[in-house]
Parts: sequence; C-alpha cells; structure tokens
Amino acid sequence: MDVAVTQESQPKLEAVEFQTDPSRYKHWRLAFDGPVATLTMDVAEDGGLRPGYKLKLNSYDLGVDIELHDALQRIRFEHPAIRTVVIASAKNRIFCSGANIYMLGLSSHAWKVNFCKFTNETRNGIEDSSSHSGLKFIAACNGTTAGGGYELALACDEIILIDDRSSAVSLPELPLLGVLPGTGGLTRITDKRKVRRDHADMFCTNPDGVRGQRAKDWRLVDEVVKPQRFAEQVKQRALKLAEQSDRPLNANGVALTPLKRIVDSAGLHYQYVDVQCNREARTATLVVRAPESLTEDTVEKALAAGASWWPLQMARELDDAILALRASELDLGLWIVKTSGNADTVLAIDEFILNHQDNWFVREVLGMMRRTFARLDVTSRSIYAIIEPGSCFAGTLLELALAADRVYMHDAQEGATTSFLALSKMNFGPLPTVNHLARLAARFYQDEAQLKLLHDQIGKKLAPREAVDAGLVTAAPDDLDWEDEIRQAIESRASQSPDALTGLEANLRFGPAETVETRIFGRLSAWQNWIFIRPNAVGTNGALKVYGTGAPVKFNWERV
Amino acid sequence: MINYTEKIPNNVDLGRDRVLQRALEHWQPAYMGWWYDMGPNESHNYEVYLRTAISVEPDGWAQFGYVKMPDYRWGIFLQPRDEKREVNFGIHKGQPAWQEVPGEYRSTLRRVIVTQGDTEPASVEQQRMLGSSCPSMYDLRNIFQVNVEEGRHLWAMVYLLHRYFGRDGREEAESLLARRSGDADNPRILGAFNEATPDWLAFYMFTFFTDRDGKFQLCALAESGFDPLARTCRFMLTEEAHHMFVGETGVGRIIQRTCEVMKEHKVEDPEDVRALGVIDLQTIQKYLNFHYSVTLDLYGSDVSSNAANYFTSGLKGRFRETKLDDDHVLSEAEYPVSEVVGGKIKTKNVPALTALNERLRDDYIEEIADGVARWQRVIDNAGVPFKLTLPHKGFHREIGNFAGHFITPEGEVLTEEAWKNRQSQWLPAPADYAFVQSLMCGRVVELGKFANWIAPPSRGINNQPLNFEYVRFN
Repeated sequence: MDVAVTQESQPKLEAVEFQTDPSRYKHWRLAFDGPVATLTMDVAEDGGLRPGYKLKLNSYDLGVDIELHDALQRIRFEHPAIRTVVIASAKNRIFCSGANIYMLGLSSHAWKVNFCKFTNETRNGIEDSSSHSGLKFIAACNGTTAGGGYELALACDEIILIDDRSSAVSLPELPLLGVLPGTGGLTRITDKRKVRRDHADMFCTNPDGVRGQRAKDWRLVDEVVKPQRFAEQVKQRALKLAEQSDRPLNANGVALTPLKRIVDSAGLHYQYVDVQCNREARTATLVVRAPESLTEDTVEKALAAGASWWPLQMARELDDAILALRASELDLGLWIVKTSGNADTVLAIDEFILNHQDNWFVREVLGMMRRTFARLDVTSRSIYAIIEPGSCFAGTLLELALAADRVYMHDAQEGATTSFLALSKMNFGPLPTVNHLARLAARFYQDEAQLKLLHDQIGKKLAPREAVDAGLVTAAPDDLDWEDEIRQAIESRASQSPDALTGLEANLRFGPAETVETRIFGRLSAWQNWIFIRPNAVGTNGALKVYGTGAPVKFNWERV
Repeated sequence: MINYTEKIPNNVDLGRDRVLQRALEHWQPAYMGWWYDMGPNESHNYEVYLRTAISVEPDGWAQFGYVKMPDYRWGIFLQPRDEKREVNFGIHKGQPAWQEVPGEYRSTLRRVIVTQGDTEPASVEQQRMLGSSCPSMYDLRNIFQVNVEEGRHLWAMVYLLHRYFGRDGREEAESLLARRSGDADNPRILGAFNEATPDWLAFYMFTFFTDRDGKFQLCALAESGFDPLARTCRFMLTEEAHHMFVGETGVGRIIQRTCEVMKEHKVEDPEDVRALGVIDLQTIQKYLNFHYSVTLDLYGSDVSSNAANYFTSGLKGRFRETKLDDDHVLSEAEYPVSEVVGGKIKTKNVPALTALNERLRDDYIEEIADGVARWQRVIDNAGVPFKLTLPHKGFHREIGNFAGHFITPEGEVLTEEAWKNRQSQWLPAPADYAFVQSLMCGRVVELGKFANWIAPPSRGINNQPLNFEYVRFN
C-alpha cells in the first residue's frame, strides 16, 4: 500500500519553537493606529519552518501561524487600547492562498494533523477574543483569498472582499487537492455564516470560488468594495467596530517577556511547570506548581507583576509545554498531570480573578487560562491526573484533573497528610471546554441537582472518600494499593492502540453537546484525518501528492 | 486480628505483608463462611487424617495428622524463586521473568487466574453430598483430602489476586466465594463445573478426567512469564497428583471388583452383573464417555485467538514448554485441527499459534489414553473379554469445531435424529444413574470395610493399614 509514502519517519529535526516576538517575525508586520491594529501578512518565500518548499503567494506553514498566534497574544496583553484588528496582506492582489501544498505533501500524517490543530486553535482564539475580550477582527481581503486564507478570514467578525472582477474567496481543497477545507472552513461557512447548504456545496467543489456580489449574496463575505474605496472602507469599518468595545482607552500594556525555560534530556523545566519525559514508559509527567502565598491582592499589584503574575505565567508555561510536547514528543502517549503548592492561595487567586473581571488585564489572564486548558481537551494524548498528599488540585488547577481522562487520588492512611481537592467558582463556568460547558457540567451531563450539590462544596477540602462520592475522581486506592494500581494503570494505557485511544478520548471528552469547535475538532478533523491517509489523497497518484507536478490524479472510484 | 504465620502456613512473608494481611482480614472469614456452607456436608466436627503442606521443603509439604477440616491450615506456597528465570516463549522470550504484573496484561492475567481459581471451590461444591454414600473410611478420607486441597488451590489463586491485582483482585476473590456450582442464576464460570457429581463413580471419573484438565492447565500456567503465577502453579501440581491418583485407582478398583464378581459367578450379561451388586463395565464405559467428552470441552475452541494471544504475550505456555524443541515463538509453525466438512471429519493445518488449545487437548488425550490402558490391564488380567475405549475426539462435544455435529464414539458423523436414537447406548441414561446410586444408598464406615461394588486399595494412606481409623466421627 503506497499510503506508506507519507508515513515514513521524518529525519529527526530540531524541536519546534513556539515562542517568538515581533522583532523576530519573518512573515507578519504589526502596526497600530489609535484603536486599530493592522496585522499584515507578508510571507517570506524562503522562510519555511522546514526545508523543501517555498512559501509562495502568502501561503503558510506552521512557522507563519506561530507568528500569528504570537501577534494575537501581543495585541491582547501589550496593546490594551487596541479594539479592532485588521488582518491584511502586503502582497498585491493576494490576501492569502492558504496552507502551503508542497509543505503538506512533504509532511508526515502526524505533522499535518498537529499543524491543523494548532491553526484551528489560533482561529478559535480569534473568536474567543471577539466573544470575551472586546477585540473585533476584520479580514481585509485585497485579492485571492483561498483555502486556509479564507478560513482565516472566516474566523474574523467581518470579511471585506475587494471587488476587482477577479479576486474571489474560495475553498478549493476538494477539487484541487482531494481533501477538505479542514481548518474550520467547512464548519464556519455553515455554523457561523449560515451559507445555504447547496451554495456551500457549489462553493466547496468549485476551485475558482465566488467573487463580487454573488459572494455577498451567498453570505460568504460581508461586503464587496471597489479597489479605490477598499482601504478607506476597511478603516471605517474598523473604527465602527471599535466603538462597541470596552477595552480601556488609556492603559499600559503588560509585556509578555520571554519564558525562562530549561530544556534538557529529562524534559522541560519552567518556574511553575515542569515536564519529565519518560521515553521508555512513553509518558510525560507534567507538574504544575502553585505559589505559596498570595502577594497580588490588588489589580495594581497584579499589573505590576505583569507576565510574572502566577496565573498568567503558569498558563503561558503550560501552553508552551503542551505545544512542545504535542509537536515534538509524539511517542509520549500518556500525560500524567500532577500539581503542588498552596491550595488556599489558588482559591484566593480564583476569587480575585473573578471579582475583577471589569479590569482588562485580569480578564485577559482568565482568557489565557481558558484557551490553554482548552488545548488539553483536544490533545491527542491520554491524560491521567494523579492527586497525592501535597497536591494542589484546587479551583483553577482542579481543571487539570477535570480535563483528564481519569483521575486517581491517593487515599492515604489516617494521621498522615491526606490528599484533598477543592472546588471554586472557576469550576462552574469561567473556564469552559471546547463544548462551551464547564468541565464539571460536562462531566455530569449538566445534571442540575448534582451541580448544585457540588456548588455547595465550594472552598471545602474534599477528602478522597468525599471526592469519590462526589464523582470527581475515578478511583482512590489506599496506601497498600496505590503504587501498584497506578503503575498498572499507566502501563496498560501505554500499551493500547494510540489511534483508537485518540478516537475514544475525543468521543468521551466532547460529550453530547456540539459547538463550532467540537464540530471542527471532531467531525471535520476525523473526516479530514481519514482522507489524509487514504490513497486518493496521499497515494502515489493521489491528489495531494501529484499537485503541482502535472501528473494526472488517479482516484479509486469506490465510495466508502 | 489473625495471627497469620500461626494460622496460615506460607512462604510469602505474610507476617510482614500489609497488602496481603488487609485483604485476608476480609477474605479469610468469608472463606470460612463458604466452607461451613458449601464444604463437605455434616463434616465439620469430624477429625480427619489429612495431609497438610506446611512448607515447600521435601519433608514439609506432606505432614499427616488428625484435623477438623474447618481448622485445616490452608497455606500459601510458591515454588522457591529462581533468580535467573526468564520468559521462555512468545514475544518477550529471553527477558527476565516478570515479578510484577505488567500493566499491559493485567486484565488478561486476572481473567486467567479467576477462571482457574473458580474451578477449585466449584469441585468442592459438586462433591459435598458424597460423604453420605462413601464406600469406605479410606475413600471418605480421600475425598476430604481432595476437598481441602481444592480449598488450598483456591487460596493459591486468591493469593495472586490479593497480592498483585489491587482492589479488582479483592473483588474477584470475593466473587470466587459467591458463585455456586450448578446455580442457574449464579453459576461457576466453566460448564463442566456446573454438572452434578451424583455418585462415587462420577467422583472418581471427575478426579481422573477433569482434575487432569486442571493439571494440564496448571502445567501451561506454570510456564508463565509472570513468575508468581508460574511458581504458584508448580507447587499446586505436587498436590494435583494425589487427586488423579484417587480417580485412577477409584475407577480401577471398581473395575477390579466388577471383574472379580464376573469371574466368580461366571456372568457377562450386564443385567446379571448388576444383579450381583456391582457396576457393569458397559455403564463404566458410558461414564467414561461422558466425563471424557465434557472435559475435552474445557480446553476451549480448536482455533483460538485468545490462546494465541496468551502464548504470544508470554502468559500461558504449552505443556512442558521448556522441554519442547522449537523456537517457542511459533511464528511459522502449523498444527492440524479437525473439522466436519460435508458430513466427513477432515483435518487441516492451521497456524500453530491459533491451535494451542487443541495442542494442549491432544497432550491431555495422550496421557488419558495411558490411564485407560492401565484400567484395561485390570480387565485383561481378570480374563474378562471387554474392551474399554476412548471415544472419538468429536463425540458429544459442545465447544469447538465439533460443536453442533453428531458424532459417534467411533467417529462417524450422524444426523441429529440418528445420534439421539443411540445416545443411551453411549452416555449414562437416567436408569444408569439410578442403578449406580442404588448401590450407594448408605455409607460404609466400619474399620477396614469396603462396599461390595469396589475393591479395597492395595495399600493405605501414608503406609497406614486399611483398617486404620482415617476419620473419627466424634
């Protein structure tokens, strides 16, 4: 079977670095004018993250998207006065032509999947900021807006397409490449833009796309504007959208200073997050540490602490660790999540954050935590939370356990320091998972009575038996059983099919409720990932393989 | 608190093992409750001349003395550890034998151990009423010995569950005491262990045929890469030999007595033989057919992916695995299995890995054939013209390739109707059972006396005379 062509292990390349800053951007320019930031895409052809392809026509690879992600973070934290972000292009008559096809053709299956996941998360992050942070986004489509380029536009609040009689928006993945518009495109044209399904069918099977008035009539764009008026119209709309925002007019930003991180053979080591890789057992142990005491008890102090304020620094470190493990440690199939530190401090910080949501910075920090934890829900790794004496699974950090596939709690002997966990208001809504439900609500299928009982337990330190009774932990082995039970649970998980586990976990984590995000990560990715390993896409004569070579595509016509 | 080392002889350092102690604190009283309910009927006050294992040393595993069965010191013994032992087959061949359960194989190993463990209390339950019809004090003592040792084998399996399988293991150990042989709502796991053992001929047949399946399963598990299981099974095998001795000599003595009476009275017709108060050889053949065929089913399907997985993962080997001269991986080898095609029994080769059940069954059949030949010598020596035969492998089978086919003891494939018309020639009919039981309507317990339908053994237990008081009824 020639599928194997794309499955060959790639030569070991250096780990992907997700941290960057504007001074190092190769592909984007960031400019500010009053309440409007313009994020201009100007992809450097020779600036690919991996060798072997040229990023022509504002096409992108993971490196381009890492910069986009960073730029969005800078706008959120470093530029609080920004209310509208215009995503624009520096290329003449090309907005963005989507993910680079040659990059996709050269990539392993795992790389493609991980790349799509990260770009999806970045696009979800745009919508998250629009919903929660008062940041609005405009796609200024000055030319060809194709594939992933249109998917990026779809993540924005408004799409303005230049009406030059040739520029079109399109999703040509299916007709040209034999794959799906898999980075949310297919979902957003229906769920978000409510394009009628037969129009969507026409649109997604026509490589030329749709332009001009018809693009507007079909709801694919919000406005079509003649070239002469284009810049001005974009500016006017940006200012108009800015009026709705509650972002502060005069506030100093918080600099996102580089994370201090040590990478060695044992793993990744940050101040509040530590990752130990056990390559033989194929596990990674993540320990998230809470501070001992609460020092930032006013908004002023939190702002002064800035990037070193615990909730922000912890979330950034965890975010970086998650991305690094996902991109570079494919074989570590089981993440074991632990915590340490002072639970009372975490509960106090939770209270503080929720009481100060009127402050832009505190609100952004909550957003950062929300988006970071949401990465766990869509991570294709098994996750076990281990609660031991000394653990700190309280409030915000309890979300780590609630995100896990299983939770093991050590029921230590009486007299010894016992394990506990504690709920806070954070567990009841502010940190929703991708299905838009609090993890706790999703865990109990929104059973009001159960959630009411749990709500009454807020702030209480629940002992292992109480935690079991409350349905918060999977099992609570005692001293005598603990070690062997955990060892066997880990070994048996690590021995099972990684593909089947990924499928199982996604099904169980998402639960019954569907959202745009769950449909993208579930329905769309599942089909896309299936297509990505089928010969019709990646076989010797598959559409993705022969694209650009001039060789004819040969399909197996059997419908499956 | 239980004084463990006093009460429970062991070589697993029970006195210092908190995991085991905690588990046994709950399980030991439950076990005693089970023994009082389901152990040999009305026996709890008897003093029985029993063999007790108190250590694994040559002089320790067979200590004889009078004991009330509820006070029997059920112990936990493993063959001493060989530090150099390796996994000897499958994909882990050559790795050091596992001293802990590999998490990957936890549920499989647990299932194997539970299935084996479930047979032990089951046979005690099946045999619990037989004391009231025993043919002699010697035989009564032997059935009690078998019963307490089945109890000890249950302890051996429960030890593994308690020591290595955490809470799941404790729950499974409780379930082993909760299931009941023959209870339709709460049956024992394997079919043969839900069949009644209605009389002493059935008991001897069971210990000869079905306990020998136990032996072969234990032999296969004694090869396991999971060292504690292997060592446990090795020690159990030393006890299993006595059970099969009881069965083989029991059937042999019945045959011997029948032949003596036939010669003495010069009769051959079964009705005439029966009239003289002994069991006719035709009925013995029917019992043999029944127990043999039911036991063959215990080995499972001829072609089994489970068996292949057990072997490949190093959990369950073949009979005398390490003595076999092959690669112990079986990636290429083939093995013949039978199947019924168009009314004919054919053999075909399948990958040997998938045929491991069949192979173990064939090893068993070979050993069974030797035992049946020894019975035949008793008949031949008496000068009685009768031939005991092992039926065809496909006769009266409900599991595997022969299931659903109607095959005679000679190996001929019949229609269902034709087979059922002749069934009572091959298998014990209600009238046969009724006759056998009519001979066993009371117990014979006078010192040195034996029931009319069975010959005395050639010697007593532990060199004691035949008129020794093996059981004190108090």
